[in-house]
Amino acid sequence: MATQDASSPAATPATYESGTRMALRQLLRNRAAAIGLFGVLLIVLLAIFAPWIIPYDPTAIALSSKLQPPSFAHWLGTDHFGRDVLARMAYGARVSLTVGLSTVAFAALFGVPIGLLAGYVGGQLDNVLMRLMDAFLTFPPLLLGVAIVGLLGADLTTVTLALGIVQIPVLARVVRSSTLVVREETYITATRALGAGAWRLVSQHILRNILSPLVVQITIVFSAAIVAEASLSFLGLGVQPPTPSWGRDLSEARRFMVDAPWLFMAPTGFIIVSVMAINFMGDSLRDALDPRSWVRRAAPTKETADAPADR
Amino acid sequence: MPLLTVKNLRTQFSTERGTVRAVDGVSFTLEEGEVMGLVGESGSGKSITALSIMRLIKEPPGKIMADELTFDGVDLLSLSPAQLRDYRTRHIAMIFQDPMRSLNPVLTIGRQITETLRRHLRLSGGDARRRAIELLELVGIPRAEKRLDEYPHQFSGGMRQRVMIAIALSCNPRLLIADEATTALDVTIQAQIIDLVRRLRADLGTAVIWISHDLGLVAGLCDRVSVMYAGRIVESGPVRDVFYRPAHGYTLGLMNCTPRVDDIGHRLKPIDGMPPNLAEPMPLCPFLPRCEKAVEACSVKRPLLETVANGHMAACHADLSDHWRKDKVA
Repeated sequence: MATQDASSPAATPATYESGTRMALRQLLRNRAAAIGLFGVLLIVLLAIFAPWIIPYDPTAIALSSKLQPPSFAHWLGTDHFGRDVLARMAYGARVSLTVGLSTVAFAALFGVPIGLLAGYVGGQLDNVLMRLMDAFLTFPPLLLGVAIVGLLGADLTTVTLALGIVQIPVLARVVRSSTLVVREETYITATRALGAGAWRLVSQHILRNILSPLVVQITIVFSAAIVAEASLSFLGLGVQPPTPSWGRDLSEARRFMVDAPWLFMAPTGFIIVSVMAINFMGDSLRDALDPRSWVRRAAPTKETADAPADR
Repeated sequence: MPLLTVKNLRTQFSTERGTVRAVDGVSFTLEEGEVMGLVGESGSGKSITALSIMRLIKEPPGKIMADELTFDGVDLLSLSPAQLRDYRTRHIAMIFQDPMRSLNPVLTIGRQITETLRRHLRLSGGDARRRAIELLELVGIPRAEKRLDEYPHQFSGGMRQRVMIAIALSCNPRLLIADEATTALDVTIQAQIIDLVRRLRADLGTAVIWISHDLGLVAGLCDRVSVMYAGRIVESGPVRDVFYRPAHGYTLGLMNCTPRVDDIGHRLKPIDGMPPNLAEPMPLCPFLPRCEKAVEACSVKRPLLETVANGHMAACHADLSDHWRKDKVA
């Protein structure tokens, strides 16, 4: 909704405020959504405020206190260098979230316009763009990631690039197929009859109508990127030490699986919880973004009660 | 000068099975403030004619050709995309058949009305909102101020069609094209919408092309009616002339399969057969295979649109005067 507000600055604010608030209320009404939102919020806050919450430096080596089990001093224990695991998880979340967000942004930056263009214009352009996307899809994502990182060296930018490229066709296809459906709707023809140009039609009417599937797909891409980043780091191809990363810590924890199981449980837990929380949130965002699914809080008025229940 | 001049309009679609001539040589003129009915069965080319005038046919696969297609002297076929956008709704507005699907489900009603106002009339946000409230009140929507912030699904079908009409009228167009605008609504709502259109015509002098397959409705609303079959106008004239003294076999067939309140006990007679395939060439009258009044001349050459009486034209070889309503003819 923020894009709409930005593109039509003088629009009556009351309309949008109520729309956004309705969406939010709908989101919180759903229990899975509330849990998902809570989980995501928790990890985001942990990542942002890590230096203020956790009194340990995630890279400070203290061999005297290595491999300690969870305690009040170290909630999630310490690793083989005596580093606080919780601190490493919190700082690792920064990497995961950064990679996740920038992957989504990168993939959406290319995938959404490509999908809209292919779906709206159709014909030969659609054919060319989609075959190109198909070509992208034939690469096994992780292998492509390994290749790109191997070629360009491992850092946050190349990892994002590698993960983003494989997600472009995923978003492009979802956007295209939804656009194809919406394009044929009577209200699109009606809007054209009202004198709307192609740009307005696509940016305001079509994009707004495909937002639900798009947002769901974006959350899926987001969580997939977190897992993929963890996988690359696990293989030693992600961000390089000493920067903490969930995947890397998991990889190192393998050696101490028996002696210090908390070492692998922590990153595993963080990966699982963040992916699930994001997916929960995405699922219910779909409902929250569709005004037709909003349950009216106020008692129905005469007219709305008269309205038939058809869609 | 007529408001709208359509001369030999041909709209074709290239498909895998050949060229479909959806509209094949339609001509008519419309004066300022005139209401013309366009009737015919599904697939006869009524909607395509309307969409062609609005230039809403997708090209390709479609192609619009005409000897003349002018609105108030302006050639609609040579407008640039920008001029065309300005023309739509500003000068010619259109409302569609299905009010349930012609509003964007994820935008508020207010947003959809003000968007048009702001684009065409360059109104500011506040002015557009005030005007939107006026428009909703004009088409009879109570508590307009509040309902602006509601979404289409919170409106009933009749209310939605009113909103569509409000949007269509927002820029005071000189021509309103209504494509089956009341077909999806029940009769009482239909009557209200018709009443509304009548009032608008009287108050604002808007010319209307009313597309419908409801003959009774057209009879009550329109000055003139054109009957379409297989992409052509087969008969056209003043409403009374065409309905009381039909001069084309198809018009007669339509009349015979329309129930009438003043003719209880009369059996309705359906028209047998199917409309022709528009992708095939039609050297003869396209209605010939279904026509009960066919004469010898029908299997020799195609009838052309000829004047039957003052302002009344038909493309038919047969003499149908036996079927005229003597009681209604002076």
